[in-house]
Amino acid sequence: MVQLTLPKNSRPVDGKAWPKPAGANRLTEFRIYRYDPDGESNPRIDTYWVNRDDCGPMVLDAIIWIKNTIDPTLTFRRSCREGICGSCAMNIDGTNTLACTKATDDIKGAVRIYPLPHMPVIKDLVPDLSSFYAQHASIEPWLQTTSPSPEKEWRQSPDDRHKLDGLYECILCACCSTSCPSYWWNGDRYLGPAALLQAYRWLIDSRDESTGARLDNLEDPFRLYRCHTIMNCAKVCPKGLNPAKAIAEIKKMMVTRQF
Amino acid sequence: MSVFGKFSIQTPYKRVHGLGSAGAGTEHFWKQRVTAVALIPLTLVFVVVVILAAGKDYDAARRLLGNPFVALMMLLFVGAGVSHMRIGMQVIIEDYVHEDVPKIALLVLNTFFSIATGLACAFAILKLSFGV
Repeated sequence: MVQLTLPKNSRPVDGKAWPKPAGANRLTEFRIYRYDPDGESNPRIDTYWVNRDDCGPMVLDAIIWIKNTIDPTLTFRRSCREGICGSCAMNIDGTNTLACTKATDDIKGAVRIYPLPHMPVIKDLVPDLSSFYAQHASIEPWLQTTSPSPEKEWRQSPDDRHKLDGLYECILCACCSTSCPSYWWNGDRYLGPAALLQAYRWLIDSRDESTGARLDNLEDPFRLYRCHTIMNCAKVCPKGLNPAKAIAEIKKMMVTRQF
Repeated sequence: MSVFGKFSIQTPYKRVHGLGSAGAGTEHFWKQRVTAVALIPLTLVFVVVVILAAGKDYDAARRLLGNPFVALMMLLFVGAGVSHMRIGMQVIIEDYVHEDVPKIALLVLNTFFSIATGLACAFAILKLSFGV
């Protein structure tokens, strides 16, 4: 059956309350999930106080500040700090989002940060996304053609190019898939919103000649049809995309080719 | 993935591919929508029939269902409703029950229950309608 509660050794307990930085005027409380894979202890929630006059406006600025000035063991992924690499996806204030584009001032009270939900945790805020990436690979996200390659590029009309808008912008941060209850319960077999949005991006690419084979690959009660239009994916997407709509379009293609 | 046993070393790609695409799913998806559309008017008729029969005696109910239109609408309501219910319950079982044996057992029970319920309702309607 579906597991509705965490196993005993995965339940977070109260952790360390780190001292407030001295001489700070503007302090914000951060409560952050910590998990050390090398020990036997449960995950814990540590409390930090961030001197807001000494760090940038975004949540990512604050956790980098914590790592640099309070606790160098705090572990998280980050790279571009401008919402294009997708590395710093985490659960902030109850919602999956990118730490680099979420302003600390937009959060009321203490800033609660957890790793992306329902994924194995490697350390602190770093989830294991290997299955998520394998799901992306399984939809074969590259141009597939049978016709001989043209001398220059494969041509595409502006109208056909516009069909890719709202899809090509996906940065594979995994916010959507890890916010989806259906992905929580059946993430081993359901491809999840991110992989399916990418699948649709190739299904409607006018240059791709593998549309039928791509649909065959998705024709499955679990891979595609575990989507129950819950819409968490569209709600959390930090790029403002709508994976639920892409999935609905795939279902429409599936029905259309039967009649 | 219980089919592969308890301890197994596999690449993530291998696990994601599992047993491959089942090549099915759209038929259920489409059937669920068609029965949903059919159930909108059929449910309205059903509610009206229930209101008409409420508080009346057995003979009145028999006369009401003796009308071929009413009886046919009720049979269609049962058919579409049971079909819709069976797919809906199957989705819930597949969502929440992951071990192969209980899952398949529940799916079989779901089929038995749906067909038995549908037949019982249809038999009751026909018995009343033909007034035997």
